[in-house]
Amino acid sequence: MPDLSVNFAGIKAPNPFWLASAPPTNSGYQIMKAFDAGWGGAVWKTLGVPVVNVSSRYASVNYKGNRMIGLNNIELITDRPLKDNLREMEEVKKYFPDHAVIASLMVESKAQWHQIVKDVENAGADGIELNFGCPHGMCERGMGSAVGQEPSVLKTIVEWVMEVAKVPVIVKLTPNISDITYPAQAAKEGGADAISLINTIQSLVGVDIDNFVPYPIVDGKSTNGGYCGPAVKPIALNMTKNCAQIPNYDLPISGIGGIETWRDAVEFMLLGASTVQICTAVMHYGFGIIRDLVPGLESYMIDKGFNTIDEMVGKALPNTKTWENLNLKYKVTASIDESKCIGCQLCYTACEDGAHQAIGLKGDEENRIPFIIDENCVGCNLCSLVCPVEECITMVQTDDGKSHNTWKERTEANEIPNDFNDERAGGNGHWIPEPKDALKKKR
Amino acid sequence: MGEYKKPKTAEEFEQNFSQIKPLMDASMAYYESSRCLFCYDAPCVTACPTGIDIPLFIRQINNKNTKGAAKTIYDSNYFGNACGKVCPTEVLCEGACVYNHRDAKPIEIGRLQSYATQDAMQKEITLYQPAPANGKKVAIIGAGPAGIACACELSLLGYEVHIFEAKSQPSGLTLYGVAPYKITNEEILQEVEYLQNQFGFKICFNERVDSEKLVELEKNYQAIFLGIGLGKTRFPFPMEKEMPNVIGATEIIEQLKVNHLTTNLGDQVIVIGGGNTAMDAASEAARLGAKHVTLAYRRSKEEMGAYEFEYDLAKAVGVQGVFNAQPLEIIGTDQAEAVRFVRTELVDGNVRPIEGSEFTIACDAVIFATGQSKQVDFLNKIKDLELDDKGKIKVKEASFQTTNPMYFAGGDAVNGGAEVVNAAADGKQAALGIHDFLIA
Ligand SMILES: Cc1cc2nc3c(=O)[nH]c(=O)nc-3n(C[C@H](O)[C@H](O)[C@H](O)COP(=O)(O)OP(=O)(O)OC[C@H]3O[C@@H](n4cnc5c(N)ncnc54)[C@H](O)[C@@H]3O)c2cc1C
Ligand SMILES: Cc1cc2nc3c(=O)[nH]c(=O)nc-3n(C[C@H](O)[C@H](O)[C@H](O)COP(=O)(O)O)c2cc1C
Ligand code: SF4
Ligand code: SF4
Ligand code: SF4
Repeated sequence: MPDLSVNFAGIKAPNPFWLASAPPTNSGYQIMKAFDAGWGGAVWKTLGVPVVNVSSRYASVNYKGNRMIGLNNIELITDRPLKDNLREMEEVKKYFPDHAVIASLMVESKAQWHQIVKDVENAGADGIELNFGCPHGMCERGMGSAVGQEPSVLKTIVEWVMEVAKVPVIVKLTPNISDITYPAQAAKEGGADAISLINTIQSLVGVDIDNFVPYPIVDGKSTNGGYCGPAVKPIALNMTKNCAQIPNYDLPISGIGGIETWRDAVEFMLLGASTVQICTAVMHYGFGIIRDLVPGLESYMIDKGFNTIDEMVGKALPNTKTWENLNLKYKVTASIDESKCIGCQLCYTACEDGAHQAIGLKGDEENRIPFIIDENCVGCNLCSLVCPVEECITMVQTDDGKSHNTWKERTEANEIPNDFNDERAGGNGHWIPEPKDALKKKR
Repeated sequence: MGEYKKPKTAEEFEQNFSQIKPLMDASMAYYESSRCLFCYDAPCVTACPTGIDIPLFIRQINNKNTKGAAKTIYDSNYFGNACGKVCPTEVLCEGACVYNHRDAKPIEIGRLQSYATQDAMQKEITLYQPAPANGKKVAIIGAGPAGIACACELSLLGYEVHIFEAKSQPSGLTLYGVAPYKITNEEILQEVEYLQNQFGFKICFNERVDSEKLVELEKNYQAIFLGIGLGKTRFPFPMEKEMPNVIGATEIIEQLKVNHLTTNLGDQVIVIGGGNTAMDAASEAARLGAKHVTLAYRRSKEEMGAYEFEYDLAKAVGVQGVFNAQPLEIIGTDQAEAVRFVRTELVDGNVRPIEGSEFTIACDAVIFATGQSKQVDFLNKIKDLELDDKGKIKVKEASFQTTNPMYFAGGDAVNGGAEVVNAAADGKQAALGIHDFLIA
């Protein structure tokens, strides 16, 4: 059996699946329930200054048959009294000494930071996470993402915390910034032990088009919220990779954002995360999803021969390059498996209207299977993405696999095209119908 | 066998004849519409006799533009709601859905269609505004789906339309023939009322057009549409005398549709025939509480004209099929007590009785579902109107104009008996033919 236990910047846990700081970690009751079910750690719902929450707090993006592929919230940090949280934290640690309990914190002044760090350490917290992410409400008061977006301010606050902290300190980054590596660097410079990312993305998920007000609605008005759930995973993955690829960056990363399955977790790990945090999926399906997460990860590790989490962390990083390092000689072409095709012709419209006019129809009512016009196929993948049948359209390699040439190599060899007549320019000789061929209606 | 008790109250009738395609609720419609792939040149559309833009209306349902969906449907088919429930979708749109090719359940197009149209009907949404009156008048004979569809389209174009209907209620065999577990009478009438409210055509009930009336119509109207459907049941052999428990399928079904609770068939019922009407009659007999329903067909099971799913429906309520059995005579003096059959075999494509293989089945009622006659006598009264050798009215393909230029025709009277959807398609198309004829 692979060993799922982790030691994240000194914080130990039986497995890498942690609850993100959010409603599922509002109380000791919930965290005990989660640990009881098999979760490895929990980042307590952010503790800090007194707040007042509004009523009507979430809104979601539903897509076709699926609900909540994206969730948006305008909730603030915890509104429960600090002393209740501390008492409960102490109790959780009594029952679960080997699980990771991390206190998420957000206050304003240096004195407040010093005090609250001591408070949570006294309550038994195994670590501290600094919430520099909240993109609504708290930032209007100069906290949350207001800090996270200013690397120098972030660094100063990290320094304040490091002056007193005895347990490891994680800095949680906001994605609402043009380059995530700046705050990641600042966290390191401030002396933090680890980073976690991403917090929610500033968003409006929709508008009530009858009453002209975005969701969620608070007495006829709304405000921007923070976006999370499966829809944000691609953004979170990219930012995770960006941080992991900072040269000489050695802080461990806790990956967050849209994780719902063991497969999602593996993806984050392969791009550099050594633990993962989950919020929306638990808000949607409850703590029970751990029953899929742990065995799923275990079975993947067995299949791949990984014995520890550390062995798999960052495995996809060497294959994640800048564009200029991709092989321009590699060529794939779409291929339709006629035995699987159901004749929906979605690939035809997609390529015809949205790509390169490289798919043809036979015009035969009995045989609706489209065909690929090989000379026109640029190998963009679109048809294989829209095809509703698994493995029906595959992309087949058509180059000999022997030549290798990148934009970077070309630049270095002074081999890049200078104008469009240059035969080294792309797109040359590609057949495109005449504009007027498109007209079907009389005019 | 005999799983149904004879219904004594309206509730019991509803239970025995519960809807096989019940109305979807909003979430079900949302989830089902999410599955549609929005196929290019979608095969479901090609398979629909009225050519409804199915992927479009399903997408509209999914986008919560239910009104737009209803409009898309009615633009092609004025019996949009009824068709969603009564069409043999298994062999039409749903049978053509691409999902069938990957052994997945096809989209429930019929139910989605009724979902959208029901919504529009219940909210009494006005989808159409007829053009200003053009001063021309058209008479329609028969308020079946063909006649009503024709009336809608003509009214939309500005014609004054009067329908003459022999019966006391509209929609022809949809009301008087289609099985009650497919659609309720209320729902059928609701749709006609919904259409009439928007298009304003007039229906004169209890008005059977005869030769005298024809003269009057020819004088007062610029064109006449024949949507008269078919006639009474055609028996396979002459009945020596009438027996009260030997009945034609269309006649007994009409009785059952009008009087849900007073139709009594007894415990043992024999239905003779192999078409869809036979399957309906057998199912209905079982649901009315008959203990043994025998479906007797003179050819083999495989040769039945009925759709497979219709036979499955009958089997599911306990109907027992007896194949290669040809009826010879009805046994009984004042009442049928049994039917004598002879076994048959197929020789060179012809059904031949096997000598010495006679057998009898006892019964309390015999239903003949052996086809409907054509209304040849009435049609022969129209000057220059030509019929084919089977008694079907001859029409031009695109315009539905008959050999008498002022007469147009569509529906069962032309196709010899098909589905509601075909009649609705014909009626609309014929209206365009009439428009061309009168405006050009
Ligand atoms: C038992 C049975 C079950 C069926 N089930 C289905 C089903 O499940 N699904 C489906 O799609 N189709 C079904 N059909 C077929 C469908 O009902 C018909 O195809 C359709 O109704 C034909 O429409 P129509 O307008 O041509 O004729 P009809 O519906 O027959 O309408 C003709 C109308 O004309 C009137 N009329 C006739 N002569 C005159 C006259 N001289 N003067 C005034 N009025 C006159 C009649 O009273 C009638 O109202 C079924 C048919 C039967 C018999
Ligand atoms: C309702 C709600 C409240 C949240 N509150 C906090 C918070 O107090 N502190 C914090 O660091 N993150 C908070 N988050 C952000 C989550 O921890 C997490 O970063 C984000 O939801 C992305 O991950 P996910 O989509 O996998 O859940 C909150 C998220 C939600 C949905
Ligand atoms: S890969 Fe792209 S270009 Fe090639 S057939 Fe598919 S959609 Fe068209
Ligand atoms: S998208 Fe796939 S199933 Fe549909 S026509 Fe193209 S190849 Fe066939
Ligand atoms: S064939 Fe099926 S999936 Fe395709 S458009 Fe029609 S209903 Fe939708």
